[in-house]
Amino acid sequence: MTKSDIIEGVYERLGGFSKKEAAAIVETILDVIKEALTRGEKVKISSFGSFSVRAKRKRRGRNPKTGATLEISARRVLTFKPSQVLKSSLNP
Amino acid sequence: MTKSQLITAVAKQSGITLERAAIVVNTMFDQLVAAMKREERIEIRNFGNFVMKSYGGYTGRNPKTGEKVRVPPKRLPFFKVGLGLKHMINGK
Repeated sequence: MTKSDIIEGVYERLGGFSKKEAAAIVETILDVIKEALTRGEKVKISSFGSFSVRAKRKRRGRNPKTGATLEISARRVLTFKPSQVLKSSLNP
Repeated sequence: MTKSQLITAVAKQSGITLERAAIVVNTMFDQLVAAMKREERIEIRNFGNFVMKSYGGYTGRNPKTGEKVRVPPKRLPFFKVGLGLKHMINGK
């Protein structure tokens, strides 16, 4: 499934909008979520799951190819945690 | 940010009613769940991908009581952040 499949589904479900308008709204949804995450805010979608940004400290890593030790800089990573509702609907 | 806050923001930014914004947001997540149930890979450009992983069952232990428990097989969605969003989160 790609973004265009999602847009298609929204377009079919929602009468009175062109496909272009449906695409713009889906894009807005993604943008709003992305902006919240960029601010470091957690995004909680009930009965789906939550996206949260976690800060990782710098650490020493290794280049698996050459074996050379190098420092992995501090960074923020995004994690998704499926909700209990989603987990049980995937495992009936 | 919760789902209802997301809906409010989408309604405002897209200039549509709250009811319609709610339908679009719910339709979008319903479609993601349906794809996960079909064990289909979901690719959303500049956001990320969801991939389903299946686990076999195993016998585990209740760490508190030491009691043996059967853990049934399960499938869970995994999220991998897309490049665009990964950079956004790190302020690049």
